[in-house]
Amino acid sequence: MNKHATPNLKAEKIVGGVATDQRHDSAHKHVSGSAVYIDDMPEPAGTLHVGLGLSKVAHGILKSVDLSAVRAAPGVVDVLTYADVPGENDVSPSNMHDDPVLAEGKVQFFGQPIFAVIAQTREAARRAARLARIEYDELPALISIWPLDPAKDKQVTTPLTLRRGDAAAAIAAAPRRVKGRMKLGGQDHFYLEGQVSLAIPGEDDEVIVYCSTQGPSETQHLVAHALGVPSHAVTVEVRRMGGGFGGKETQANQCAAIAAIAAKKLHRAVKVRLDRDEDMTATGKRHDFAIDYEVGFDDEGHILGVDFLFALNAGFSADLSGPVGDRALFHCDNAYFYPNVHAKSAPLYTNTVSNTAFRGFGGPQGMVGAERVIDEVAFAVGKDSLEIRKLNFYDPMEAIGARCVTPYHQKVEDCIIQRIVAELEESANYTRRRREIRAFNANSRFIKRGLALTPVKFGISFTKTESNQAGALVHVYADGSVHMNHGGTEMGQGLHLKVAQVVAEEFQIDLDRVKITATTTAKVPNTAPTAASSGADLNGMAAQNAARQIRQRLTDFAAEKYQVPVDQVVFLPNRVRVGNQEVSFNDLIKQAYIARVQLSAAGFYKTPKIHWDRSKGQGHAFYYYAYGAACSEVSVDTLTGEYVVERADILHDCGRSLNRAIDIGQVEGGFIQGMGWLTTEELWWDDKGRLRTHAPSTYKIPLASDRPKIFNVALTDWSQAYEPTIHRSKAVGEPPLPHGMSVLHALSDAVASVADHRICPRLDAPATPERVLMAIERLKKEARAGG
Amino acid sequence: MAKVDIRNEIRFILNGSDVVLTSVAPDATLLDWLRLDRTLRGTKEGCAEGDCGACTVLIGKLSAAGLVYESVNACIRFLGSLDGTHVVTVEHLRGEPGKLHPVQQAMVDFHGSQCGFCTPGFVMSLYGLWMKSPDPSNAAIEKALQGNLCRCTGYEAIMRAAHAISSYGKATKDPLAAERRDITTRLQALRDGARVEIGAGKTRLVVPADADDFASVFEHEPAATVVAGSTDVGLWVTKHMRDISPVIFIGNLPGLCAITEDKGVISIGAGVTYTEAFSTLSKRIPALGPLVDRIGGEQVRNMGTIGGNVANGSPIGDTPPPLIALGARLTLRKGKKRRTIPLQDFFIAYGKQDRQPGEFVEAVHVPVPAKDTRFAVYKVTKRRDEDITATLGAFHLNLAKDGTVADIRIAYGGMAATPKRASAVEKALIGKVWNEATVEAAMAEYANDFTPLTDMRATAEYRALAAKNLLLRFYVETTGNKAPFQVSRSEAA
Repeated sequence: MNKHATPNLKAEKIVGGVATDQRHDSAHKHVSGSAVYIDDMPEPAGTLHVGLGLSKVAHGILKSVDLSAVRAAPGVVDVLTYADVPGENDVSPSNMHDDPVLAEGKVQFFGQPIFAVIAQTREAARRAARLARIEYDELPALISIWPLDPAKDKQVTTPLTLRRGDAAAAIAAAPRRVKGRMKLGGQDHFYLEGQVSLAIPGEDDEVIVYCSTQGPSETQHLVAHALGVPSHAVTVEVRRMGGGFGGKETQANQCAAIAAIAAKKLHRAVKVRLDRDEDMTATGKRHDFAIDYEVGFDDEGHILGVDFLFALNAGFSADLSGPVGDRALFHCDNAYFYPNVHAKSAPLYTNTVSNTAFRGFGGPQGMVGAERVIDEVAFAVGKDSLEIRKLNFYDPMEAIGARCVTPYHQKVEDCIIQRIVAELEESANYTRRRREIRAFNANSRFIKRGLALTPVKFGISFTKTESNQAGALVHVYADGSVHMNHGGTEMGQGLHLKVAQVVAEEFQIDLDRVKITATTTAKVPNTAPTAASSGADLNGMAAQNAARQIRQRLTDFAAEKYQVPVDQVVFLPNRVRVGNQEVSFNDLIKQAYIARVQLSAAGFYKTPKIHWDRSKGQGHAFYYYAYGAACSEVSVDTLTGEYVVERADILHDCGRSLNRAIDIGQVEGGFIQGMGWLTTEELWWDDKGRLRTHAPSTYKIPLASDRPKIFNVALTDWSQAYEPTIHRSKAVGEPPLPHGMSVLHALSDAVASVADHRICPRLDAPATPERVLMAIERLKKEARAGG
Repeated sequence: MAKVDIRNEIRFILNGSDVVLTSVAPDATLLDWLRLDRTLRGTKEGCAEGDCGACTVLIGKLSAAGLVYESVNACIRFLGSLDGTHVVTVEHLRGEPGKLHPVQQAMVDFHGSQCGFCTPGFVMSLYGLWMKSPDPSNAAIEKALQGNLCRCTGYEAIMRAAHAISSYGKATKDPLAAERRDITTRLQALRDGARVEIGAGKTRLVVPADADDFASVFEHEPAATVVAGSTDVGLWVTKHMRDISPVIFIGNLPGLCAITEDKGVISIGAGVTYTEAFSTLSKRIPALGPLVDRIGGEQVRNMGTIGGNVANGSPIGDTPPPLIALGARLTLRKGKKRRTIPLQDFFIAYGKQDRQPGEFVEAVHVPVPAKDTRFAVYKVTKRRDEDITATLGAFHLNLAKDGTVADIRIAYGGMAATPKRASAVEKALIGKVWNEATVEAAMAEYANDFTPLTDMRATAEYRALAAKNLLLRFYVETTGNKAPFQVSRSEAA
């Protein structure tokens, strides 16, 4: 649909530069069904398909694996087991060697892949996979973390401790104390496109894997590792994913490895596409947490000391559970200053699927813990939670005093939460509605309203320092059109569009002159996964760097050719002013090409300032913070626990937004996803360790009819990144997700009304109608007992 | 047995082309055929169980109202069931030359797509809605999108787009509207009154010519799987890879799709879809309206039938409890023999119904409640829409002149191995004054009627508690008090 018109040489501004609202570059293809996802690519002749054989027990020794009936099934070409893995049988992203491609000797969760059937059709492979006869010696299985003891039970990796001041002493000495435990459920990513890889064998040891992955470099590395070949033999490419949300950061690697191993063994293209049930059963999710907390505070509600234990369900292997637990601790303060704090993580081993990255990466779980503590304090001192929140905020950036140091000893220098909360309180009419809701509840026997306003402060940077680097490759062709490539991947967040806007801005050419191309390890090597909200920050900078190198060469060339000083070469929209004359960009490129100027550049960026010493629990872990706040109102039916979200108002900080339209979409979508996590999305394992909510019929993500009836989303038009980020914008992928907390707390507020707001509801999540009703019943009982 | 012509091919229209298939596996799905055989890959697989809507296509069929297009899930729609229809996929949408269709352009301009994978399905659902209702309300859009999941946008942008479609073009100028006469003629030409038979043994499928033909075919092949809307059987194939052959497809079958009313009793043919049935039922029995909006998504309601919901005997089917409370009766037919029984007697035990081999549910007869009768049905789920029942209660009450309970029928789903009456509760109410004290006393009787299970949808404790609270809700709603007793999507705070 993008017909390339002749560039406007009189324009005052280019079309599609930074800080303009642009439509997603693929939108016209999404709506017409012509956007190509990996399963849509034309398959090479003779492509084979994979069906996986999954474990039927949660923990056991593989006594015998009889695959004869599988091999004999119609259409079956081969069956792979661990013995067919030519390199190491491992896809652990954390170098822990605990993530087998195919189970070897034992299985550690219900649904673990044991073998892979390779057949002429996908259906034949799936049917054959069911014919295996496997005998297990079952071992005791840990299905849930609730009964586990972090002091004794197995952890998959080294936990982290953060410590500042003396929390124990401060709590002991505090006028008031509360202690409690919160159960916080996990979440399935439910990307609409499941895990999929297509491997095409090449010459010698080469293979190309088209993989729906957020981390092509890591997929490349782990496929090479499993094949036992150097990384240079493996190319991984992805044009777009049908959603990722962290679920394709490491979880894509296993399918990619199986496809590549089969392709190399059989010398044919091989495709692995999991169906929804397999995807939900066999790939990792957001970690569920058990959060133990104790807080000491004064009669006003100032927090004096906090002690947290964040136990998280790692599942059977480490995967990213170490860093996820770390990020929970990094956000156990949310936007609050703790004078004394002790916080510890415990990534516990269980016989369930290995949990992984999910938008927020433990951060939201940390913040939910912080907000529970705020609620406890508010109920204890008998004040509105919002008052307690405001009492405990970090110092604002314009008045930094002593209350600005995080539990990891980083100074918060850019805090704007006060202004955001004040503006939202006003625009959402918080005070008036609080009054109205009280009046409504007093007159309504069964339906109760609830209201809550929750803040967000989210740290931006990978805590793994080496991940904070990015590369880009920019070519300008002799006709002046630009080919842009970088290490980031597109999963719907509009990353390619934002980076293309940055490149268009640098060259001062219209956006449609910049071609967005598939991410491939052959063009930009050693990239970080597109994760931690870092995509535009890192890759935008790398692409800008590449474009600037070329622009500098063009400037030098023009200055020399036209004999003017360098400062008289100015890039204007679609043209360049050289001294007193204007040359179209395309003409200048043509001249530069003829004069043999290099028109291609590799760009690079690494985030400055950050450092992190995990053993000490101290450092400048984040380059900056993104902020926001949300205010939600709900109606709850106290007979059934059913509820609706009446209204939500969000004010969110994207710095100087690169593309408001895209960022609003991230905020709206993040909020709804966070709300889903904390309300109706419930993962339910039976006592055999089998996930019984493994498809949308049983696992309930929000629908259009679950959105707030009134939904007001705004971006702070006054904020800008404190640090020199790409055009002073801020990352936006993860920070809006925890706005969903406002719904959990609004539900909690409605529940509290049945006991006259005297008892903290301690509403756990997900707050399904069942959990809401049971909390109501508990509060009614406690209120009666307490007289 | 009346003589019918036999045809050995399935014939339908795909987008602009006529399709004739002589070899069709009885369990072949429309989605796989589109993607693998036709390489029309705009239609996506997201869940293969009719819950996410990524595979939404429109099916045009000739009905009493003429040619109607309805959104359906291609993932659980069998290819063999498409005889005589017009299948429209996203690839068929177009605007003026070189332009996107209004639905598509609105979605682009209002940022309705992010990752884009669910988008073709949303486009098709919105297209189906827009053709019927060019300026839909918020509620109508939400209802049309109950069967479409998006994980990226939070839906707000899609809603904005949905409201804007008509500013991009007129539904009356849409290509499908323009081709309506031509397509109708072509579909009529496909209707030859023949029975379709393809394959033999494991590959055998039959599309009977009409209800009488079905009765005769099924009597001779009682082991066959009868498939109406395929919203359940579809999953036997896609999820469980069960062998369902031979199959008899009875969706849209002449003689099974009628809705009639006689002397206050509405009779619904077993092949009538939820969508078709409830447009009539909810006018005559308004309390059923809110329930139907919460059964499946739009695509499932366009495919699934009340006959199927009853016949498969599920304890969590949503129509049996209200139909039992209403005192519905069921006509079963085997060959030429018919018998009519109270619906509640049909359900014997889990997985066991009062149905003989070769016998099928032909129609359900629903008495319209008298003017003074109070009738209500409440469904409780984890997620409000497109979710499977945790507990569902239906109440049918007649009060005597003195304010006592003359009779009451209470039936529940999700509380036992079958849809079941709450007899002990009813007994505790009958003859008593209809007041809160009576209701509270009766609530204690639930424990004598039901011992619910714990599963992924709800615990036994929650089911028991919510179920009895529904009686209290029913009571307060009959007191004439206008205060809200349920949370609702309908209006803003």
